[in-house]
Amino acid sequence: MTAGTYTKPLPQNDPYSKPFWAAAKQGRLVVQRCDVCGDLHFPPGPVCPACLADSQSFQPVSGNGTLVSWVHFHHAYWEGFKGELPYTVCLVKLAEGPIIISNLVDEQPEKLHAGASVSVLFDAVCEELTLPRFCLD
Amino acid sequence: MSDLKELSNKFAVVGVGNTPYGNFPDTDEYGLGAVAFRRALEDCGLKKDDIDGLLVCRIPYYARMGEVLGVHPRWTLTMPPHGRMSGISIIEAMLALNCGAVRYVALIYANIGRSRRVNYGGEDASSFWDPWGFTSPGAAHAMMFRSHMEQFGSTTRQLAEVSVAFRKHALLNPDAVMKKPMTIEDHENSRLIVEPLRLFDYCLINDGATCLIVTTAERARDLRKRPALISGVGAQDDYHDASVLNFAQDFWYGPVRKVATEAYGMAGVGPADIDALMCYDNFSPTVLFSLEGLGFCKRGEAGSFVEGGTLALGGRLPTNTDGGHLSNSYMQGWGLNVEGIRQLRGECGARQVPDCKIVQFVQATPCTRTIIYTLG
Repeated sequence: MTAGTYTKPLPQNDPYSKPFWAAAKQGRLVVQRCDVCGDLHFPPGPVCPACLADSQSFQPVSGNGTLVSWVHFHHAYWEGFKGELPYTVCLVKLAEGPIIISNLVDEQPEKLHAGASVSVLFDAVCEELTLPRFCLD
Repeated sequence: MSDLKELSNKFAVVGVGNTPYGNFPDTDEYGLGAVAFRRALEDCGLKKDDIDGLLVCRIPYYARMGEVLGVHPRWTLTMPPHGRMSGISIIEAMLALNCGAVRYVALIYANIGRSRRVNYGGEDASSFWDPWGFTSPGAAHAMMFRSHMEQFGSTTRQLAEVSVAFRKHALLNPDAVMKKPMTIEDHENSRLIVEPLRLFDYCLINDGATCLIVTTAERARDLRKRPALISGVGAQDDYHDASVLNFAQDFWYGPVRKVATEAYGMAGVGPADIDALMCYDNFSPTVLFSLEGLGFCKRGEAGSFVEGGTLALGGRLPTNTDGGHLSNSYMQGWGLNVEGIRQLRGECGARQVPDCKIVQFVQATPCTRTIIYTLG
């Protein structure tokens, strides 16, 4: 599928997060790391929120984390999601600290609880976009 | 803000007004704002030329509002269309009065979201998380409530207690949008939106406007009605998770605790003294989160605290006696402040809290605020 036929929302045209999406396309999950104080944060921004330094890099993380919470969307805010209701969105605390919102893939109700271990996987949803998603370990 | 203590009881809300609430495609923010402003002036007996401070919220252009009203103040502020701005604005007006920048401030809020079909998610509210399908403030509250359920064992039936209590109040409020009774079962059978939240956990979207007029306690003595004194305020912002709009991993427990400590200290009262609570209820879970932070119950116990009609008139803590955002009107905190003032004055008819002397407003949001009002 090309972005032309993909009907779900694409990433915002945000200068700070371009490296995140480029890394996802290569199967790597990255967060922003401050070159000065080492603070890890996400989503990416223009300066370090801990020390305000400009100089920041993208650091690969393990892709392991714990499930903090999850919801099931029964309402489609975009046409492209209408055929997928209900779909699951989760909040994951990465082992390295930052939180990320993503989707839970292959949901297993018996394992679904706060604190469950999750791991990242990469879903190439169209030619232009790969989404990091999570599954229960 | 402990240095604000000396401002306790020095400023007051002296006039309140509101439009009818509903679907009004033939007017706009200025038309609604003008009606609320005129009613607030009538309420306190001031003339429009007395107003030298104008604060507008969710109104497109402050200067057009001034032109429409023929009001040309020496102090103007315009606030973004977020509910959290209600508490912020009232405190800012108090501070402007304190430094002598103004004498009488009119705070006008208008919302035309119903007839203009405003969406609070999807393309109208673009964010970093769109590609995963995560959008809307309701989803953020659903995410928080799931976490609260997991940590503390809270249930959706406990959320129903909140919605049912506020609906009971709406049935006693002639202005309220919602007119049909609701039971716990009705709540539990309502349409899932973002699970675990259902339709009846969501605030209304309706048109309407409110106006508050604030001045000093001294000037308030010359006006028509007894003033609602601002006895205590507390403020704390938390922007850690601001990219997930309307979200905090701790349900704003820390900020609410802090503002409660400040405001109770400033007013010299505690939770047990509060006769009626006006609690920001964009979504029903916010009420549970607020009760815990304010100290009406222990952390994690708000679910059991609200069981059995605690928040309804006649219960232990009458809350959102106008029906709140869930069942009265989506006036984003402003309507709750108006209701608080009317409760103190004893103007609430069938929904009046007997012997109501101390009212508290709270908004648990990324900008947490609380205001304690007492009758002057």
